[in-house]
Amino acid sequence: MKFGVVVFPGSNCDHDAYHAAHDILGQDAEYLWHKDPSLKGVDVVILPGGFAHGDYLRTGAIARFSPIMPAIRDFARAGGPVLGICNGFQVLLEAGLLPGAMLRNRDLKFHCEHVYVRVEQTDTPFTQSAARGQRLRIPVAHGEGNYYAEPEVVRELEASRRVIFRYCDARGEVTEAGNPNGSVNNIAGICSEARNIVGLMPHPERACEASLGSADGLVMFESVLAALTREGAVSGAHPERAPASRGA
Amino acid sequence: MSTVTPEEYQRIVRALKREPTETELGIFSVMWSEHCSYKSSRIHLRKLPTKGARVLQGPGENAGAVDIGGGLAAVFKIESHNHPSFIEPYQGAATGVGGIIRDIFTMGARPIALLNALRFGPLTPRQGSGQAGPDGARTRRIMEGVVSGIAGYGNSIGIPTVGGEIAFEEPYTSNPLVNVLCLGIVRADALVKGNASGAGNPVYYVGAKTGRDGIHGATMASAEFDEKALEKRPAVQVGDPFMEKLLLEACLELMATDALIGVQDMGAAGLTCSTCEMGSRGGAGIEIDVQYVPQREHGMTPYEIMLSESQERMLLVVKKGREAEVEAIFEKWDLHASHIGHVTTDGVMRVKDHGKVVAEIPNTALVDEAPVYDRPTTRPAYLDEVRALDAAALRPVPPQEALLALLASPTIASKRWVYRQYDTMVRTNTIAAAGLSAGVVRVKETNRGLAISTDGNGRYCYLNPRRGAMLAVAEAARNVACAGALPIGATNCLNFGNPERPEIMWQLVEAIEGIAEACRALDVPITGGNVSLYNETDGRAIYPTPIIGVVGVLEDASRVLTRTFQGAGDAVILLGEDRGELGGSEYLKVVHGLVRGDAPALDLAREAALLKVVIGAAAEGLLRSAHDCSDGGIAVTLAECCFDTGGTGATVELHGADGAVELFSESASRIVVSVKASNEAALLARAAAAGVPARRIGTTGGSRLEISAHGQKTIDVAVAAAEQVWSTALEQYFKRAVA
Repeated sequence: MKFGVVVFPGSNCDHDAYHAAHDILGQDAEYLWHKDPSLKGVDVVILPGGFAHGDYLRTGAIARFSPIMPAIRDFARAGGPVLGICNGFQVLLEAGLLPGAMLRNRDLKFHCEHVYVRVEQTDTPFTQSAARGQRLRIPVAHGEGNYYAEPEVVRELEASRRVIFRYCDARGEVTEAGNPNGSVNNIAGICSEARNIVGLMPHPERACEASLGSADGLVMFESVLAALTREGAVSGAHPERAPASRGA
Repeated sequence: MSTVTPEEYQRIVRALKREPTETELGIFSVMWSEHCSYKSSRIHLRKLPTKGARVLQGPGENAGAVDIGGGLAAVFKIESHNHPSFIEPYQGAATGVGGIIRDIFTMGARPIALLNALRFGPLTPRQGSGQAGPDGARTRRIMEGVVSGIAGYGNSIGIPTVGGEIAFEEPYTSNPLVNVLCLGIVRADALVKGNASGAGNPVYYVGAKTGRDGIHGATMASAEFDEKALEKRPAVQVGDPFMEKLLLEACLELMATDALIGVQDMGAAGLTCSTCEMGSRGGAGIEIDVQYVPQREHGMTPYEIMLSESQERMLLVVKKGREAEVEAIFEKWDLHASHIGHVTTDGVMRVKDHGKVVAEIPNTALVDEAPVYDRPTTRPAYLDEVRALDAAALRPVPPQEALLALLASPTIASKRWVYRQYDTMVRTNTIAAAGLSAGVVRVKETNRGLAISTDGNGRYCYLNPRRGAMLAVAEAARNVACAGALPIGATNCLNFGNPERPEIMWQLVEAIEGIAEACRALDVPITGGNVSLYNETDGRAIYPTPIIGVVGVLEDASRVLTRTFQGAGDAVILLGEDRGELGGSEYLKVVHGLVRGDAPALDLAREAALLKVVIGAAAEGLLRSAHDCSDGGIAVTLAECCFDTGGTGATVELHGADGAVELFSESASRIVVSVKASNEAALLARAAAAGVPARRIGTTGGSRLEISAHGQKTIDVAVAAAEQVWSTALEQYFKRAVA
């Protein structure tokens, strides 16, 4: 299987996502330059963390116009699994591939620390190997991760079970104290209607080795590996020919 | 604005054999500023040991480099940004981070770690003033700005901040210190130098456009401050981490080709310094025409263009004939490389404006003819007064009350409120164990790790500059060793007052000689650094503050040690011994409001033996934890060993003559370790063989920290309660602050 890691000029977790896919999972991985409109036949697209274009205006606001974005849109429309991590999530929101927006953290400060998230749904390609209700210890590192959407959008997300991760405390309870940034309904990650596009603020790629503090993020990479393997995707396969998992 | 003295002006006339033009005078004045020329410190800096088996690059280049094995080099340096951070805390600190990062990647290294050593005034109003002053509020504002500036730059560019330290002392109230260390990794055979050579090779300018910001920043950094300091805000630059990220990636991509001859960032003194230094190092000249320099504003004069300190700009010399390839790499990253001149053979820095020569200075005149001062020194009179300490006359304070006061002292308390704002993990190299004594990053594709620590106790240096400086080297090396790493190289940042005052100059010379002696004894050569003088406001100098950054290699990163006890039933062993030294201690300051006495004694041979024992025992897997005894003495050390463990306590018996003294004495060369009971004998034998005093002082377990002396309990506190005090003390100051 081949992972594609999108590189915007200000991406700074691109090497980390590549390392997780290539060196820890042992999969093929390739960087996808944002000016290149081709996805080079990858099976999974990761939009990594960082500050895509400096993000002085609004996180991800310029990245949505990058030449690679139409290709990602097509890939996603064909069912290909797309994961947006942190800034990648922000880009997906700006691009309209996921609903909602990010506000500055509740206390107006950047937060970098390990937090707990609860897996709310497992019928996505990035959570299918996790257990529902499973508590993951994964770091966050952001200044604008306070997820917001109009009340009716949030209602719709909840009703369609598209909230995939929620911030929780060490016991797995969804509490105000467990919410690092003020996100509505403690939302840490959501998926698209077709469930193949997932965005989350925490960094699973930073939680793939115990020596770095946690290996709980590995389950997301293993999930997509299992999802594609079961669907019969082969290395280099195009999603048009081998649609990815629509869920368990 | 020129700070050239009449004598220096005559020197310029002699070097040029004519009167300088206005642009030339500006060039001389920045190049001969203290900040760029080191004219007051140069003759003393030569005393520092800079060579060693592992040193690949000593002082003189953009940064130093040491061999870390496996064909790799660690490139690192520490630099100050004190003056700008006082005037405009956010941008001052941010551009300090940006500047040191450029120094590292211009050597061809990928930056992988940042640390910062910060010094601020007290967070509370001035002690003993009897009234609530504005100082605490101002300090909080400065500190919030500095911390968010460091975060804003480092987090955006994607280099983790993995360590550092912060102390709060009165003399930093109007002159905070912001020292930033950056470390990068490069293949040892791919180190890049800042040289210009090869006549006719093109000279490129790349990065941000040149504006009028920061003109004479280096000159500002070479003068004292007074009440008008804030009027100097236009001399502070504004940082753009995204631009620097583009430069970083584009330069590393260019360096992977062989089209590059040399590169240097435009930091202090901007285009002037880079043009002159690159030519000088390469034994060549550089000719540029300022009309080709990208400008942000209209109507800039050659003087302004040459002296601007706009950030995120680089000067490159590339091979003739490779221009298209070079330009394509920068275009890829949306940068424009401007061809502004070429290399010559005449050793002259020649600046033209639309073809007309506006400055023509031999490099030798700027560099070799630069004034070097052997400034007079006088031992300060205050020393005899402050060294006197009558410990017996101190008001008795219950030890437990004193311990809790120390744990709440901002210098000792957890800095989580600060480091939570830094991205500590990006690049997935940061070893994330709680309670590391140093910043530790692994080196991917090897088993190795690097441990880095910055230290420097201004109080000790105020009381005894020579010994205080030696203690700074020893503590940084000890912290690295406590992580299990072998110290292999050091960098220093010398923060002092006005060197034209003989008392300050004396402090500087004493400190440099102390550093030199300690670095020799502990075998950590200095590979580079920075001198920041004139740290004075309204005639009041900071504590003399040499900050030492030590880099160590951990052969097996998985063997990293932390300070935290690892469970119940382990033997707690003290390596080294207490000598009942309260002089300059955090205890005296926090509990008794005194900054008095002499700095703790230091026997460098004993320190070296201690480090060897700890590093050896760690490599052998004997140790479960290791923690250096420093600020707050052994009581604070033991408490910290219990923190971040989920509440593991310990029972300890001390044997000193006086309970309070032994609890809070800051005698050097001491490390508290814990070992499995079955390894106690092996460790004690190892220590005995090395001549290091070692004694079992207690056992881990329970949920309380209990310390007794002569059978009488002096401390008995629940770990959870003490940890609550320690972990929340700092943020309390900011909760109260209303902007």
